Amino acid sequence: MLGRTLREVSAALKQGQITPTELCRKCLSLIQKTKFLNAYITVSEEVALKQAEESEKRYKKGQSLGDLDGIPIAVKDNFSTSGIETTCASNMLKGYVPPYNATVVQKLLDQGALLMGKTNLDEFAMGSGSTDGVFGPVKNPWSYSKQYREKKQQNPRGESEDSNWLITGGSSGGSAAAVSTFTCFAALGSDTGGSTRNPAAHCGLVGFKPSYGLVSRHGLIPLVNSMDVPGILTRYVDDTAIVLDILAGHDPKDSTTVQEPVKSFILPTLTDVSKLCIGIPKEYLVPELSSEVRSLWSKAADLFESEGAKVIEVSLPHTCYSIICYHVLCTSEVASNMARFDGLEYGHRCDINVSTEAMYAATRREGFNDVVRGRILSGNFFLLKENYENYFIKAQKVRRLIANDFVNVFNSGVDVLLTPTTLCEAVPYLEFIKEDNRTRSAQDDIFTQAVNMAGLPAVSIPVSLSSKGLPVGLQFIGRAFCDQQLLTVAKWFEKQVQFPVIQLPQLLDDCSLSLENEKLASVSLKQQ
Amino acid sequence: MAAPVLRWGCPGTRWVLAWVGGGYRRGASIGSTSNPTREQSAVAQKPLHTAQKPRKGEHKWEAVVGLEIHAQISSNSKLFSGSEVCFSAPPNSLVSFFDASLPGTLPVLNRRCVEAAVMTGLALNCHINKKSLFDRKHYFYADLPAGYQITQQRLPIAVNGSLVYSVWGGKKPSQMVSRTVRIKQIQLEQDSGKSLHDDLRAQTLIDLNRAGVGLLEVVLEPDLSCGEEAATVVRELQLILQALGTSQANMSEGQLRVDANVSVHHPGEPLGIRTEVKNLNSIRFLAKAIDFEIQRQINELETGGEILNETRSFDCQLGCTVPMRDKEGKQDYRFMPEPNLPPLVLYDTTSLPAGADSQQVINIDQIRDTLPELPSVTRERLVQQYGLLPEHSFTLLNEVGLLEFFQNVIKETRAEPKKVANWVLNTFLGYLKQQNLAVSESPVSPSALAELLNLLDSKAISSSAAKQVFQELWRAEGKTAAQVVSEQKLELMQDLEALDQLCLSTMEGHPQVVMDVKKGNSRAINKLIGLVRKATLSRADPALIKDILEKRLQS
Repeated sequence: MLGRTLREVSAALKQGQITPTELCRKCLSLIQKTKFLNAYITVSEEVALKQAEESEKRYKKGQSLGDLDGIPIAVKDNFSTSGIETTCASNMLKGYVPPYNATVVQKLLDQGALLMGKTNLDEFAMGSGSTDGVFGPVKNPWSYSKQYREKKQQNPRGESEDSNWLITGGSSGGSAAAVSTFTCFAALGSDTGGSTRNPAAHCGLVGFKPSYGLVSRHGLIPLVNSMDVPGILTRYVDDTAIVLDILAGHDPKDSTTVQEPVKSFILPTLTDVSKLCIGIPKEYLVPELSSEVRSLWSKAADLFESEGAKVIEVSLPHTCYSIICYHVLCTSEVASNMARFDGLEYGHRCDINVSTEAMYAATRREGFNDVVRGRILSGNFFLLKENYENYFIKAQKVRRLIANDFVNVFNSGVDVLLTPTTLCEAVPYLEFIKEDNRTRSAQDDIFTQAVNMAGLPAVSIPVSLSSKGLPVGLQFIGRAFCDQQLLTVAKWFEKQVQFPVIQLPQLLDDCSLSLENEKLASVSLKQQ
Repeated sequence: MAAPVLRWGCPGTRWVLAWVGGGYRRGASIGSTSNPTREQSAVAQKPLHTAQKPRKGEHKWEAVVGLEIHAQISSNSKLFSGSEVCFSAPPNSLVSFFDASLPGTLPVLNRRCVEAAVMTGLALNCHINKKSLFDRKHYFYADLPAGYQITQQRLPIAVNGSLVYSVWGGKKPSQMVSRTVRIKQIQLEQDSGKSLHDDLRAQTLIDLNRAGVGLLEVVLEPDLSCGEEAATVVRELQLILQALGTSQANMSEGQLRVDANVSVHHPGEPLGIRTEVKNLNSIRFLAKAIDFEIQRQINELETGGEILNETRSFDCQLGCTVPMRDKEGKQDYRFMPEPNLPPLVLYDTTSLPAGADSQQVINIDQIRDTLPELPSVTRERLVQQYGLLPEHSFTLLNEVGLLEFFQNVIKETRAEPKKVANWVLNTFLGYLKQQNLAVSESPVSPSALAELLNLLDSKAISSSAAKQVFQELWRAEGKTAAQVVSEQKLELMQDLEALDQLCLSTMEGHPQVVMDVKKGNSRAINKLIGLVRKATLSRADPALIKDILEKRLQS
């Protein structure tokens, strides 16, 4: 049951094959079993069970609220949840219980979804590994998968199994791990430079970043206001569309959301791709790209072409400036956004009371980790009067050039761009922490952050398992506010590639999982 | 009628008009004299600047004053949140999640505040920017919860305006001259909360009720040269804001706050280093603080000192400006565009998109059509309609409620408007000032004064009797003028024969005076008139007495 698509489970609930409470308990039990992954910061068991009970009453009366009624979901711990601690994985917000729900959370709850808990992340979503939060790193469920273990045994390198687990990617790694271990059917992530797509790629999930302005940010604790969007992580593209359909639209509490009413996002099934034009941006072919990802990328392009789509090489000439420009804009907004954490109104406050200034300094030193403090420092540097023109203004100009690159490409007739999501598959934690957060973020956001700069919709779709038995994802980028078109193409692609389901026998065998669409790890892209 | 019309206010009352001599005769402070003094003498008595008497061999100094005025927008809710705006509500009772900067909250612009800004911009002859932007201004302060203020630094809502104000002076000191101060910009911004420092317990208490309230920051070009001019400009702006209803502009409640940038230099030389004077919470202190600061800078420079680019506050007890200790060093506000607010786009009738929802768009032309009569036009109308002197029109507007009082009297009396104005501006206002009362606190109602003026107009009482009646009305609230007149037998003698008899007997009783008159001492007749009036207990019209006496003396 847990491995089914959202619509299938919804149908099962309607038909009474399973009750919301049973479903909820199954998920809670899995959360318990997968606790060592550190996917959740807070498990809201009581809330979820109460919501399940209410959902059950509705089903009994035949008054289901819709596809999401009774469906377990998880929410990244940087979305405000009324009455439930929201920490951003930071000492600064430990114990902070928001008095209100983020708009996206409220919308899900209004549809009867069950909130299983708040998921782990890098502190204030600053990172690409989900390794830099105050509650510790998130472990990639694929580290424990049959697929990965079998491959590893073929190439034993004498590493200790326990210490050599893989990162999930980030910063929404907790949400990714939660969805990938079947503890929920969908999870909210946030995506500022790739934070939803990156862990989705590493955990074999669909990771969707909507167009900027399509989904409300109200209640999302900001990293970079001008780039943040709530992201959606699911196992299937259709599930993402169902969730997006609920979340999308104007929010009077977020002035940057679109005023125009949005259409339904429920996806048609595409049978003919011959009218599609797929762009392959040549600048995304970087030397650091692993040969395996590179070959999967080109296979995917071939697949479209073989099915009749027009596949052309395109150029996004300012791509190489994107990551550095992103760094300037990101840290500047971080410096500004983090100014409110002063220990006065909420959150952590130090014991020092010599003066207000001393209190601020100690509170912020104790409350933020090095990564956050480092970004605040560089951001403030870029915003100084003497530097503003040279850094911030310049970065903004480059941002416009980058956005224009995309506009030009789409104006030339391209419908969707196809790129890798990450340079390679998930790496072991011990490997990952050899580089600092900043270096890692620069590497890992390379294919994803330009989309945030331009405000476009993008989705990472799991394609295949690598030779190590680990998921690899590819990214589709769409025209602004053509989210439905983008997901429709992604759905077609998903169907073609038949990505295998994660096999977690030790964890899940006693959970009576009837995993559908179960395929062998060897099945990957259709060969021509 | 030569009674003083325009006065310096008594302590606590509003100041009336500036008096600025042509060029360098300036510097009368806002007096707190209890006896209303004529301005002329106030100027003569209080030369303030050395600028007035340049030392031998030295240039004279010239002061340059610019103002930044923060006016709290009169609005039910705050600039970016739905919290109510209310003065003196219990601490922290009007604080939304956004006002307390809870993480994840976003600003939502208040339409009313935008309309108020546009309206104020139009009234101050500004160019309204069809597109304006919001910025964040960063600094750490306990009453600024977000660590930044949302303001309009780069592209404000209104720019390049002007404000006309009038000062005494010019060629003749009794003339009023118009001057113009340029308005650089008007920007929308958030107010901060309030910090209450408890030095005894070494703690600071924060009240966020005011945090996020909408402000209009009006930035003036440095076109002013003394405290009086600054005070006049602020008073005029206050009247305009009140007429528009965009701000209550009550300084004592902090709805109008003024910072002054002051520097001095020798004419023809580059501008001097400026200081910023803050905490100017009344118009009186504003003028005092600026004049003090000008004098301080001149003294400093003349004794070889230097002026620091610093922020100073005005100590109203000591009457001087002192450096503010918490503003050490130069602040870098690290301005940044506010990413959560799209550009503020305004329309006019020509640019209004077809089919636009009028609730979603703001039409500048529509707001222009609703502009009320501005103070300058009201004054003009008073001069035109009632034949008042321009200075009278100023006083009528400057005193809160006085114009309304005047117009209510006019409605109910046959007396000539000029005469009404004299009574309202001299007798009535004089009594108010003497007892330090506001117009609304007056014991004499407009109807009571109108009735009194009707009695005077119909020559039922003499003007001196009228003064007596007024005094009685003031003392004994609730009585009508007619009651007072009949109780105190103040009616004018209408019996000509009796008056003639009185004149005759007075002449007989004072042969020496009669002789003097006949010898050609024209003043002597006044003495006779006075004697007759005394005999009538001031109930006869002096002009009539004069007529009778003259006839008798000639015969």
